[in-house]
Amino acid sequence: MKYARLVAIGILVAVAAACLLANFLAPAPYAHQYREIPDASPSHQHLLGTDDLGRDRFSRLLYGTRVSLLLAPAAALLSSLLAGLIGGIAGFAGGRTERMVMAATDLFLSLPWLFLLITVRAVLPLNVAPLTSVIITFALLGCLGWAGAARVICADARTFSQSDFLVQARATGSSGFRLLWRHLIPNLRPILFAQFWISIPVFILTEANLGILGLGVAEPLPSWGSLLRELESFSTVSTQPWQFVPLILFIVVVSSFHLVLTRQELPT
Amino acid sequence: MVVLLGGFLGATLVRFAPGFGVDEEELDTRLSSRSVEALRATDQPDRNLFRFYVHYLGRLMQGDLGESRSLQRPVSQLLAERLPETLKSVGLGLGLGWSLALPLAITVVMVRAWLLDAISNVLVGALLCIPAAVLALLFVMEQVPARLLLSLVVFPKVFRYSRNLLVRSSELPHVLTARAKGLGNIRVLVWHILPNAAPQLVALAGVSLSLAFAAAIPVEALCDLPGIGQLAWKAALGRDVALLVNLTMIVTLVTLIANSASDLVGQRFHAGEP
Repeated sequence: MKYARLVAIGILVAVAAACLLANFLAPAPYAHQYREIPDASPSHQHLLGTDDLGRDRFSRLLYGTRVSLLLAPAAALLSSLLAGLIGGIAGFAGGRTERMVMAATDLFLSLPWLFLLITVRAVLPLNVAPLTSVIITFALLGCLGWAGAARVICADARTFSQSDFLVQARATGSSGFRLLWRHLIPNLRPILFAQFWISIPVFILTEANLGILGLGVAEPLPSWGSLLRELESFSTVSTQPWQFVPLILFIVVVSSFHLVLTRQELPT
Repeated sequence: MVVLLGGFLGATLVRFAPGFGVDEEELDTRLSSRSVEALRATDQPDRNLFRFYVHYLGRLMQGDLGESRSLQRPVSQLLAERLPETLKSVGLGLGLGWSLALPLAITVVMVRAWLLDAISNVLVGALLCIPAAVLALLFVMEQVPARLLLSLVVFPKVFRYSRNLLVRSSELPHVLTARAKGLGNIRVLVWHILPNAAPQLVALAGVSLSLAFAAAIPVEALCDLPGIGQLAWKAALGRDVALLVNLTMIVTLVTLIANSASDLVGQRFHAGEP
């Protein structure tokens, strides 16, 4: 398993480097149309051929991967910070604050958040810019995904707040904020990091689901969701197997995230 | 209370999302200014969140769930038509998913063969990495009955959690002692491992229901199954607030009932412990 994890980290680094260097590696901008050759087969110029609008698939794959791989961690960071703030304060304060926060968390966990997500995503203005749509999609993911992590962090914060070192810190006269900042947060950091890492593949999968349903990132900006949406055209997919490349890359990247997760010895 | 709050939260999110109240019909150049005004006037009650919600609750008390604006039909009628379809798909998905996952997890834990463990982990890992929507597209492409799909969404998650729970239970000191005393595999499983893991497995059953409902949206939308997942998708595309709030509340209600039932059963298991 150690080698599998090293390979997973290698894959993630290579994919991240390739999509960050998309401006240099991609043969064309993601929206550029080669109108004379729509649905072209792979060639030296177009490694994965072109789509039905004549756009280079390889370029779109690189830029789409960049969108998903940059914004899913951003959404995960947002949800982890929210979870850390809400769960940490609830666990540290205890008593009525904790009960109220946990009741709110229970409420949030009971809600079918995919339903909420498609609802809010669908009522965006019709003329929303692609960049705005991508930011809103991932911001929504970040804002709706904190509840489960907040419960875990609250439980750990409660345990830490009753531990000996915090009792001693209190006895030496440390106040609330200092206790939180100097003692509790450094101890919660590994859990926060684990929650952050868990959330990334979840958000990537959710964005892909939304994108395939046409509720994700707006065209012409590519993302994994919009790239996988091409699989809807069944008649062409069977004759153009290279259309499965985004799906294969998607599975490889998400499973790499899962393999690295195991390295952190996280509960599943 | 949670259901009402859930519906209210849904309504709030919809109301304050940018673009609320924007109606494509207003962009129709054939409409006169008076027609556009009339269209806006019909939207007016929905614009104030509290008014919208109080109206909604008042009607709900009388058994009226309102009318779907996009489909031009009473919401209760739409739900009566589509809920059984989703319940059938979800029921089949859960039944099949659990009947595949739990026996496999038990076999992996009891047999303790590394090859079986590795193969099942690779299979489950691969399934966990494929979005439900892609599975739906592949099912449509290969013309596999779409009703089976939800079981593929439920199976990997149930397998992974139950395997971990069973492994943890099988490593408890009293289980090791029972093995050392020469108890057979089946006795160890039935008397010592399963009773210990049962409360968490029951809780997992509640969670798997909400998983199945969430997966029902892409599955029903892409496989053309006329359930509430497809209805939610259509309502989202048609910006139908009344329908979406109702759907959110119903799914919240079903999830809550399932979770409460699994909590109750779990507590009974705990109460039965020595």
